[in-house]
Amino acid sequence: MPACADQELLLGGLLDNELDAANVALVEAHVARCDGCREELERMQALRNLLRANDVRHRAPESLARRIGAMPELRAKGANDNRILRWLGPGAVGALAASLTVATLIQPGANAVLDQEIVSSHVRSLQPGHLTDVETTNQHIVKPWFNGKIDFSPPVPELADQGFPLAGGRLDSINGKTVAAIVYHRRLHTVNLYVWPARDSAERSFVKDGFAVKEWSRNGLRYAAISDIAPAELQQFHKLFEAKSS
Amino acid sequence: MIAPSVFTPKRVAGDGQVQQFHALILPHLDAAYNLARYLTRDPDLSDDVVQDAMVRAFRAFAQFRGDSPRAWLLAIVRNCCRTAQASARGAMSLVVHESSLSEKAVSQLGNHADPSPSPEDMVMREADARGVRAAIEAIPEPFREAIVLRELEELSYVEIAEVTGVPIGTVMSRLARGRAMLANELLAPAKAADEQTRSSK
Repeated sequence: MPACADQELLLGGLLDNELDAANVALVEAHVARCDGCREELERMQALRNLLRANDVRHRAPESLARRIGAMPELRAKGANDNRILRWLGPGAVGALAASLTVATLIQPGANAVLDQEIVSSHVRSLQPGHLTDVETTNQHIVKPWFNGKIDFSPPVPELADQGFPLAGGRLDSINGKTVAAIVYHRRLHTVNLYVWPARDSAERSFVKDGFAVKEWSRNGLRYAAISDIAPAELQQFHKLFEAKSS
Repeated sequence: MIAPSVFTPKRVAGDGQVQQFHALILPHLDAAYNLARYLTRDPDLSDDVVQDAMVRAFRAFAQFRGDSPRAWLLAIVRNCCRTAQASARGAMSLVVHESSLSEKAVSQLGNHADPSPSPEDMVMREADARGVRAAIEAIPEPFREAIVLRELEELSYVEIAEVTGVPIGTVMSRLARGRAMLANELLAPAKAADEQTRSSK
């Protein structure tokens, strides 16, 4: 049985998360009944996995990034870049990321640097193949995976029932320190949760470059969650994570 | 130690805008390049197009008011691609109206993959990424750009409509057609495959 011609656009809308609740219910009910449309939806998902899983997306060559960075229009007139770079010192991860982002630092202080590193690391992690070193939805695989790689043990609660399925984990570097990155999904969005040992300090929430960030401390570990989901949803993630990891 | 004045915004007129541009637009360099690569299918031309687009984006940046800097930049990249291709290949039309193409005709358009692989192609970790790239490059432009914007850049329908200048309904049908073409090329045939019934509109 072929897919129904009148459902084709709706199946795409379902896959793309672009339907309102009423239409989601209608299409899901139809897919549950119709073998052809179910198979079509599975094919579209399989195609998406193929398009997104491989190195299909082109990345700008470094030479181009350098050319654009050197454009006279884009040089801040103070020519402070070198001094800021020196100030960032060895903590800067990736010369490219640094050269593209240092000029965004508007206020002094460690927070500004840290915030930028968290955003840069999150953006890098979204490049194909960079998100997870250990890819699994099983918390009992992710948590032991960190053993021996870092000298602390971050909690890895299962939050799939609350709409944040676990995607995996990886090691990352923030401010020159090795940190644990635990990756959750929210619908089609990615939540990176960075964890590292640090003295307790105040909770912070802010939005930077369009990404919501939530930071908190617990039991000698500092947590920084970042995603392109709404800040309110990230708050919800924070609450769930705290509730499930205590 | 750095004097605090280094960080004072708007110390020099225009610096604030440069910083804003660095913060909002430059992080989307990869997105700009990816779109240019798939629209022009030419690595060298893509470099020029992206640089040109960045200059134009910077000049127009004072007028930018939207909430999606990425979509805004990609719309500029798209326009620059059209300009560059038009001048590079004479007056060759880039606009293929999808209604004039059956999927059979589309499949006969053949493969327009790059003749010269770039260094990044050579170090590509997964061999079949090359096949996927070639398949995307082989489909006609309206479908290709919709697929790239949706599947690789993850733009919303509203953003794709803005970038490509067509209604959302057209975006949806282009995505459906583009997906059908790519599925034919890249996936095993559907058990229930009967493309004729679905593609006749």
